Amino acid sequence: MTIATLHGSAVGGQRTTGEAVKYNEAVLRLFAAAAMIWGIVGMLVGVVIALQLAFPQLNFGIEYIQFGRLRPVHTSAVIFAFGGNVLMASSLYCVQRTSRVALFGGDALAKFIFYGYQLFIVVAALGYVLGITQGKEYAEPEWYADYLLTVVWVAYAVAFIGTVAIRKEPHIYVANWFFMAFIVTIAMLHIVNNLDVPVSFFGTKSYPVFPGVQGAMVQWWYGHNAVGFFLTAGFLGIMYYFVPKQAQRPIYSYRLSIVHFWALIFLYIWAGPHHLHYTALPDWAQTLGMTFSVMLWMPSWGGMINGIMTLSGAWDKLRTDPVLRFLVSSIAFYGMSTFEGPMMSIKPVNALSHYTDWTIGHVHSGALGWVAEVSFGALYFLVPKLWNRNRLYSIRLVSYHFWIATLGIVLYITSMWVSGIMQGLMWRAYDNLGFLQYSFVETVVAMHPFYVIRALGGALFLVGALVMGYNLYRTARGDLREEQPYTLGGSAQAAR
Amino acid sequence: MPTKNEKDALSGVYTTGHEWDGISELNNPLPRWWLYVFYACIAWAVVYLVLYPGVPLGKTYWHGLLGWSMRAESARDLEAASQQQAGLRTQLVAASYDQIKASPDLLNFALAGGKIAFAQNCAACHGAGGQGARGFPNLTDDKWIFGGKYEDILNTVTHGAHNSDPDGHSLFMPAWIEDSAPTKLTMAQVGDVAEYVLSINKRSTDAAAATRGQQIFADNCVACHGSNAEGNQDMGAPALNDNNWLYGGDKATLVTTISRGRGGVMPNWGARLDAATIKSVALYVHELGGGK
Repeated sequence: MTIATLHGSAVGGQRTTGEAVKYNEAVLRLFAAAAMIWGIVGMLVGVVIALQLAFPQLNFGIEYIQFGRLRPVHTSAVIFAFGGNVLMASSLYCVQRTSRVALFGGDALAKFIFYGYQLFIVVAALGYVLGITQGKEYAEPEWYADYLLTVVWVAYAVAFIGTVAIRKEPHIYVANWFFMAFIVTIAMLHIVNNLDVPVSFFGTKSYPVFPGVQGAMVQWWYGHNAVGFFLTAGFLGIMYYFVPKQAQRPIYSYRLSIVHFWALIFLYIWAGPHHLHYTALPDWAQTLGMTFSVMLWMPSWGGMINGIMTLSGAWDKLRTDPVLRFLVSSIAFYGMSTFEGPMMSIKPVNALSHYTDWTIGHVHSGALGWVAEVSFGALYFLVPKLWNRNRLYSIRLVSYHFWIATLGIVLYITSMWVSGIMQGLMWRAYDNLGFLQYSFVETVVAMHPFYVIRALGGALFLVGALVMGYNLYRTARGDLREEQPYTLGGSAQAAR
Repeated sequence: MPTKNEKDALSGVYTTGHEWDGISELNNPLPRWWLYVFYACIAWAVVYLVLYPGVPLGKTYWHGLLGWSMRAESARDLEAASQQQAGLRTQLVAASYDQIKASPDLLNFALAGGKIAFAQNCAACHGAGGQGARGFPNLTDDKWIFGGKYEDILNTVTHGAHNSDPDGHSLFMPAWIEDSAPTKLTMAQVGDVAEYVLSINKRSTDAAAATRGQQIFADNCVACHGSNAEGNQDMGAPALNDNNWLYGGDKATLVTTISRGRGGVMPNWGARLDAATIKSVALYVHELGGGK
């Protein structure tokens, strides 16, 4: 995305609608472009570290690109940089349209959020490669970056909730409930998990307030709800706006959306201890987390039902609309991983799955299948709207992207399932004399082929994202690809 | 903005009457199966929390009707596992080397246990096959620093070397250019000794230096390494006349070894592994090929 493209079209930024509301949408181009760029960066680093696991020589003995330093660069880039910018672009778009008012705080506040958030991302990532970390998964940035994010996040909350507060609609749309739950809860989680004492004003090191197992509990209360509220509630907000818009169908059930929303946000916040099964955490906290995780199954699936059933009567659109295919496929992956999650929280299952690649496979069926695919759908919807284009540069490229990405996901998650379950079974295998059957290093050797397959799957997913980046760039420039449109006459005709 | 409930033509269901940016909502009820599975999950959770610990009560917690605890279960599992091996383990601890070798069952048990214990604890330094690495002795050849008989190996595994164990091998190669050395040497003298060690192995390129080094060697090194540089296992002093090197036999490495000293650490595994496992590992290493 060139600067010229971004700013050239930003002149006529505030668009008018039939009812003459001037929405702040040009500024959202920044978030959409940043999401695409960070997404490609994050996925590229993901492929690099997948290859490092398969071929350790690729660490090259350079400290700045060791697996241990690049791994948080990957997770933060795809979750917070890619996912975060998608959430900001789509939530700030959705909240204006569904409230029929311009953004609270206007372009100025939105720009502050944008530049502040990108600064946080860069500061955090620089820390990782330089070896500065709190050592908390998904909360690696040290205190100075945490303060910066807190300020930016409060600004985001003010812009979003302020817009809801001055809305011209009598009711708050369901997508905005989810976005608000996401914004408020992430603020709470971020602040509590990062309560720490800096060692010095000019130093990077700090020590957490919560000691030992309490610190672990707070960390996984944070960590699990980063999944629950950032990657689930936030992206359900995206689903609730973009699926009915793209399918042009009403939401399946208003009642289901109310019940599953409140059940989801009430139950999710308790489930964190299932990350600490069979540890020093007291038994009661472990089992409590497990029971709430199991109760969470149906509230999670409520979103899947509402998303999928919204298509009832419009299933034929899947044949001609690959953007909708991304959205629906993401909901299917969402349903799959929200079944797998409660199952893996059950202690005997966890005893096999914990610390194995199965967890990595589970995370990626959610991250690639659900979060990334619903984000792709939202970006394919948003970019033509934000740049005032009639349609995408190419619908066919969207379809190619869909198949490349989905094949990549399948390779990724199946290889990690096989590798993880094999790893767990090898760890617990005893011979007939009662000795361990395998040593640790034998499990590592056995996992190697699956690490190679995983890297291949990740590389396919990256290729898909590059195809998307090209398509969106040409769309923003206003180009149209000459291609055979998809028609309802059937794929045979379209292929000719 | 429409405020009246309209019927959706495709599904025949009424909307709720709200509309946002063209999105309306159908007034479908909660799917029955969804609701019943949700209730079932809640009922399961309640039953589970009655049977198992899961509810905090101030400073204590509800222990559950089954009285289950993770630690108790873990202890039971460990107990059951050790019960399975109890007979053979007890025999192994009591048996002498000859008795183990004479009993196929006991030998098989010890070698199977030694193999996995070696892979989990020793292979990281000594290699998966015991082939060793720089600084970590090869256990498959017949060269031994602390002795290659079964009893020697058992002793080395139990107490290790250059660690906090008072019974471990504690003599080490001094740093001969430091004040702490028995006799402080100059770097020139160190070079001469290295040249002499090379000459023992027929690789010297400086006969004059080797001759000077021979005297220094005789004055300082023979006490441990022997007058013919044949080594002394009681001292943990390796032979220097067989061209077999732990840290490297080129001149630069020899100079480093002599000037800076050596004292490679072997942990005292007796503090970590039980007697039967220690015996198994010693036996396994002894049978790797180089045992005396």
